[in-house]
This record gives sequence, structure tokens and C-alpha cells, in this order.
Amino acid sequence: MHMADALVAPVVAGTMYVASGVSLGYSIKKVRLEDDPKKIPAMGVMGAFVFAAQMLNFTIPGTGSSGHLTGGMMLSAILGPEAGFLTMAGVLLVQCLLFADGGLLALGCNIWNMAFYGCFIGAAVIWRQMMKKQVSKRRIIAASIIGCLLTLQLGAFSVTLETLASGVTELPFIIFVAAMQPIHLAIGLVEGCITAAVLVFIYEVRPELLWGCEAETAEKKSRFSYKKTLAVLGVTALVMGGLISLGASANPDGLEWSMERVAGTAELSRDGEAINLAGQIQETTAILPDYSFRGSEAVTGTMFSGVFGGVVVLGLCIGGCYLLRFFRNRTIKHE
Amino acid sequence: MSKVQNVIGDIHLSDDGGRKFAGKSGLHPLSRLSVTFFFILTVISFSKYEMSGLVSMAAYLIIIGILHEYSFRMTLWRILPALVPLGILGLANLFLDQSTYGQMGSITITKGMVSMAVLILKGVFCIIAVYFLILMIGMEGICYSLGQLHMPEEFVTVLFLIYRYLMVLLKETQRLMQAYKLRAPGQRGLHVKTWGAFVGQLLLRSMDRGERVYESMQLRGYGNEYHDVYHKSSHGYPLVKAFPSILYVLVWAAVFLCLRFFPVFQIVGGFNWKRF
Repeated sequence: MHMADALVAPVVAGTMYVASGVSLGYSIKKVRLEDDPKKIPAMGVMGAFVFAAQMLNFTIPGTGSSGHLTGGMMLSAILGPEAGFLTMAGVLLVQCLLFADGGLLALGCNIWNMAFYGCFIGAAVIWRQMMKKQVSKRRIIAASIIGCLLTLQLGAFSVTLETLASGVTELPFIIFVAAMQPIHLAIGLVEGCITAAVLVFIYEVRPELLWGCEAETAEKKSRFSYKKTLAVLGVTALVMGGLISLGASANPDGLEWSMERVAGTAELSRDGEAINLAGQIQETTAILPDYSFRGSEAVTGTMFSGVFGGVVVLGLCIGGCYLLRFFRNRTIKHE
Repeated sequence: MSKVQNVIGDIHLSDDGGRKFAGKSGLHPLSRLSVTFFFILTVISFSKYEMSGLVSMAAYLIIIGILHEYSFRMTLWRILPALVPLGILGLANLFLDQSTYGQMGSITITKGMVSMAVLILKGVFCIIAVYFLILMIGMEGICYSLGQLHMPEEFVTVLFLIYRYLMVLLKETQRLMQAYKLRAPGQRGLHVKTWGAFVGQLLLRSMDRGERVYESMQLRGYGNEYHDVYHKSSHGYPLVKAFPSILYVLVWAAVFLCLRFFPVFQIVGGFNWKRF
């Protein structure tokens, strides 16, 4: 979609320079207001990343061909619309100067067609609206695909208008539009899929990097805090042990079942001094033999044994972890 | 050679060209940028049937190319990718504009033919002009010029950082791609299943790498400003000469205006040389 200088008339180029310049000024003002010292280097890295990602060819399933990324939507989903717009403008300028991708005089048009729509429509409108209520993989995929499709369609339509306004082609408006829009629909779909795949990956690995999802990420973090998770696990263990254990099957387990089949009994006869001694020790020390109170077959015994077992296991796990941490810290201190 | 290697080569070329020439000519990079901008503006201001005037604009490119000994092959290589979209649009003119422009022997030249040639020629001239500009002053020169034009510091810094990080990240991409190719031989491009993980990994690596690079830059005294190779030499003497720079812009601007408003080719062709 990069327009060459030959496709624009000086008046069109000038008008688009003014339009893009105003957007650039607005974006700079917003970035300055953020006053984040890490923002500028992040923008530089992201710009270079988009460039590097454009070097990759993505296989389009079922076609045998491959496509590549434009990156406006992805940039904005990570940096925000204003910083994304600034970065995208920088990327387009480098592309124009170093790789003859788009003209120097047509830069205003290219910034408008690719950066403005991608960042201000794609991110500020579509992404923000869709991530407002809730962030989920499904929403990220939908926002990426809809955003890329819409912004590429708008960009392609602008290219048609700018070229026709410049009077460099004899193509009638309808034919030009009919040629531009469908091809950019396909490109938009591929771009949307790539963007969605990458953003979903980021959401899974480092959700705090996504723009407009900070509140959701914080909420998600607090929802699954360490203490809360432990409490939930504890309650679940108690419920499982205390109530669900009542519904445990009375049938023999796999090993007992096999032994019954082979030897005709679930409990083998114990012969030998060592075995008898071990059996005696177990019977004396077991607080709840066979998951019940000693000498009782009451249901409360089974419930109590479930809860008691759960608490002991949890206690052992937590205590074990703290012990491990204590010894590790001591080793580090000594080093 | 892979696409990434080609790009890395291009960046090295512009880096070397810019640095070498910055010390030699003494011209302000802004003068180069202004002349290029003015050249492009003049080229695209020609109407779609003004062939001879447009051809005369090649004088600037020929002079710059010869003086700086730029490779013709490399220049041609640079033009080729841009010719495809221009050619497609030009072809539409060829078929849709069949009115007669002139006669060349028995061949009728249509207006569509002329407008197609003008469109392609305009594109080619503009691309070469920008290519020569980057070879002459490099990206540092561009950033310096933009700074001189009072472009917002944030934009210039972002532009400069993109350029600086580009090499680092391209090499990272090359490494990742090479590893992928070795594990998936004969596959064309990245498989759909790996899109997210591959590019996502590249992004996370880029951010970590970028942060490390930026911290190293700051430790070496960088404070959001681009290295100014034009302002002073290593001995502290100013490299840029103001008067030749202004003269350079004025002379070329006068040449472009002459070529734009006077039919130089016809004047030279119709001159009565027998008088001499």
C-alpha cells in the first residue's frame, strides 16, 4: 500500500502532509504528557521490531503463497495509539529512505493511509472498545481481525482517492476501487490473523505489555493472588475430603481387584517377623485406621479422616516449602 | 542471499556512504535534503504528457551519480521493485487513453503511451533521488537535518533509535529464522501454528534486547540525542561550511526551475550552432 512519489500531485502531497503533521503533533503532545522515560526507547525497539517482523514470510494455509506483516495495529495494541502512530511514522520514513518503499513526498499520504487508520481507528476505537469490558483471547482475536480488516480497507480506499485526485491514472473510480478493496480484504485477513496470533501469545506470556488491558491484568493478578489461591485450594481440599469422600466407591481399588482375581483375596497373609512387626507398628500409630475412628464404622469418621488428611498434606507441603526457602536463603547468604 | 541479509547490506551501505561523505564535502546535510526534496517536487509537478521536460531532470541524477561514483547496477536494483505497481497503473493509461499524441514515422503515439512513460519515469527519478540522498548523508544526516528543522525531539529520537535497533533486531530475526529453517527444511515461510509463538518470541526478545542496548547507551552517556557527526570533527573543528551549503541549494534550485519552466532540450536543439 506504500504510495510512490509518482502517484501523487504536489497539492495532494501537501494536503496529506498537513493532515499527517497535525496527527503527529497531537501524538507528540500526548506522549509528552505521559512523561514516561522508558516510552521513547520502547517505541524505538517496537519500530525496529515491526521492521524485522516484516522480513518474515508467513505461509498462508491452502494457497501455497505467503504474506507479511504491516504492523500498525500490533504497534498500537502494545504502545497505545499515539505512541504507535509516532513509531509507525518513523518506520514509514525509514522504509522510504532506506528501502525505496514509498516516496518521500508521498510520505504524508503513506502515514495517513497506514499509520493513522491503523493506530487511531484500529487501536483507539476498535481495540479500546473491545477490551473495555473484559480481556480474553477471543476478544483479542476478534479485535485484531476486525481492526486489521477495517483499517486496511480504509487505507486502500484512501490510496484510491489520493491517486485519482492527483490525476495520474485514467482508471475510473469504480474499477480502481473494485481492484483495490478485495485484494486488501485478503491482505487484511492475513494481517489480522498474524496480529491475533502474536497478541494472544503476548496475552498468555506477558499480559501487562498490552495497551488498555492494564486494569484487567491487575484485576487478574489480584484475582489470582498467592494468598487467595492458597485459600481457594485449602477450601477445595476440605470440601473434597469432607464431603466428596463420602461418595467414594466402596469397591476394591485396581490393585485389590487384581489380587482378588489372582489370589482369591484382597489381603495377602503376612508371614515373617519383620512384616508382622511393621503391621503392628502401623496399627498402633494409625490415628484413623481404614479412614474411620478406631473401632467405629461411623460416617463422621470417614469425613474427619478426609479433612484431617487434607490439612496434614497441605501443612506438610507449606512447611516443606518454607523449610526449603529457609535453607536456600541461608546458602545464598553464606556464598 | 536472504531478504534480511539484503537489508543488512543496505543499512551498511547507507551508514558507510553517509559517514564517508560527511567529512569530505563539508556541505550541510540539510542542503542535500532540501535539494532532494525540491527535485522530487519539481519532478512530480510535470503534467502527465510533459515528457521532454521531465527527461531533462535526469541531469541532476546523472551529475550526482557520476561525481560520487555510485554503482549503476545497485541503482537499477533499487528501482526494480517499485516498477511493478507503477507499471500496472501505467498500463491502465495505455489501454484507456487511446487519443493520438503524435506521429513517429508510421507509428502512432497515443497519449496513454506518453502518460505511462511519464508515470514510470517520475517514479524512477524520485526513487533514485532518495537513494542518492541516503548514500550521501546517511540516516544520521537525516536525523540531524530534521533536528535543524525543529522537528519534535521525540520523533527524531524515535527515528534514530529505530535505525540503531534495526541492525540488532534484524540479526536476531536472522538467527531465529535460520534455526526455524533447520528444523523445518523445505517449508515456505512460517507455518500457521508457529505464527504467534515465533513472532511473539521475537517481540519479547526484541524488548529485552532493546532495553539492554538502551541501558548500555545511557551508561556511555547517551541522553536521548543522536550522535552529531556533522557538527564537529574529532578535533573539534566544524565540518559543515555554511556558504557552500547555501550556494549548493541556490544553484540546484535555479537549475530545477529552468528545467521546469523552459524547454531546455528544444532550446539547445533549435540553437543555431553554425554561428560559432
